[in-house]
Amino acid sequence: MELQTASFWGFRRENGRVGVRNHVLILPVDDLSNTAAQAVENNVKGALAIPHPYGRLQFGADLDLHFRTLIGAGSNPNVAAVVVICIEDTWAKKVADGIAATGKPVSYFGIEQHGDHDTIMRASKAAKEYVQWASELRREERPLKDLWVSTKCGESDTTSGCGANPTVGNAFDKLYPRGVTLVFGETTELTGGEQLVAARCRNDEVRKKFQFVFDRYQAVVDRHKTSDLMDSQPTKGNIEGGLTTIEEKALGNIQKIGRKCMVDGVLDKAEMPTGPGLWFMDSSSAAAEMVTLCAAAGFAVHLFPTGQGNVIGNPILPVIKLSANPRTVRTMSEHIDVDVSGLLRKELTPDQAGDKLLECMFRTANGRLTAAEALGHREFVMTRLYESA
Amino acid sequence: MIHFVVHEEGDGVGVVVVEGVKQGQELTGWIMEDDKEIRITAKSAIPIGHKLALKDYKPGDTVIKYGVDIGKVVAPIAKGEHTHVQNLKTKRW
Repeated sequence: MELQTASFWGFRRENGRVGVRNHVLILPVDDLSNTAAQAVENNVKGALAIPHPYGRLQFGADLDLHFRTLIGAGSNPNVAAVVVICIEDTWAKKVADGIAATGKPVSYFGIEQHGDHDTIMRASKAAKEYVQWASELRREERPLKDLWVSTKCGESDTTSGCGANPTVGNAFDKLYPRGVTLVFGETTELTGGEQLVAARCRNDEVRKKFQFVFDRYQAVVDRHKTSDLMDSQPTKGNIEGGLTTIEEKALGNIQKIGRKCMVDGVLDKAEMPTGPGLWFMDSSSAAAEMVTLCAAAGFAVHLFPTGQGNVIGNPILPVIKLSANPRTVRTMSEHIDVDVSGLLRKELTPDQAGDKLLECMFRTANGRLTAAEALGHREFVMTRLYESA
Repeated sequence: MIHFVVHEEGDGVGVVVVEGVKQGQELTGWIMEDDKEIRITAKSAIPIGHKLALKDYKPGDTVIKYGVDIGKVVAPIAKGEHTHVQNLKTKRW
């Protein structure tokens, strides 16, 4: 596929970032505000609430990550405007101010001294104005480099490593030289192949940072493990799919970064990249957590290879599923956007598979709903670092 | 018809990519990196996605896939036999 002059149709936001969706987000800061947020979503057609179970009595780095994730989700270019709801005003304002730095419209509402009814009414009025305003925004043609693309695989099996993941790798190798901003992560899921990622780091500084975050989480595993992590990493589904060890899973996982891309930098969870290139994000390997962190870091479209058939979606970030497992493609076809099972029958070359995925990526960026979007998958799962106070 | 794939020459296991492989079945494998074909007889029924050994292994041996160490053998494996959690374990954790 010729990508030199490739473009897509997206929504250019106030800060210059380009989104591929046009959501009006109803964002609860804490678990207590979910009910009001969902009531607003129900009142205003086209509004999108993202309930989650956290936000109370967190502290330190865990609280910082909570705010970074919420502010990042609201700041994502796939979001046109945001209504923030919190049990009280000050943290509502903190999140709203963080999002407002992008220049997009944001309003915030605290529940205390109002109750749910009054809060829902005030927030619904703001959401209704935003939805009507956003409905008049138009897509414009933008160069490929304005698209930020993330990847993470799920319910992997051995076909992931020989089919779907190398397809993402082929696409990444084609996007990388075009100045696209790319990210991968899944810190534990590099175990056994971390030396290959380290070797791909742009320079010693990046390599040192990568090794530091990798080693840090290995120490977490050592501290908390009660076994060799069998059934967790690899998961039951991985094992059912034929993956035996973490090393085997990791080597398959790493196929997603292709053969030519260099790792240009290392990001903390939900941290926004500062330039184009391939970034490694220190992150969980759990699908919904990792994709949520990508959404919070500002990514606009996600490539998700699966073997056994992970059904995940995300409310903000369209998740494109691809699989090379012929059984999954047959039995779970409603979840699969791109069938690359032909790779394992020699009916498709890796280059053709990569192009097939890129074609789906452009169509998705231009507005086509992914399978996960059409099926209503909206898993928004925040990462916690430790227990609340 | 390709029944199993091997990432690269030198790997000790292949991945079954068709459903219903039976014990005693003659299988054709494709070494993807080198675009070569190999043949092997399945010593056990092997589900799609699961691995078969391309050589005999004894406990303590290292299994190579993608040209890299993927773990240690913990029970003898015969060439053509199902290779999974019952005979292969991680060296990490």
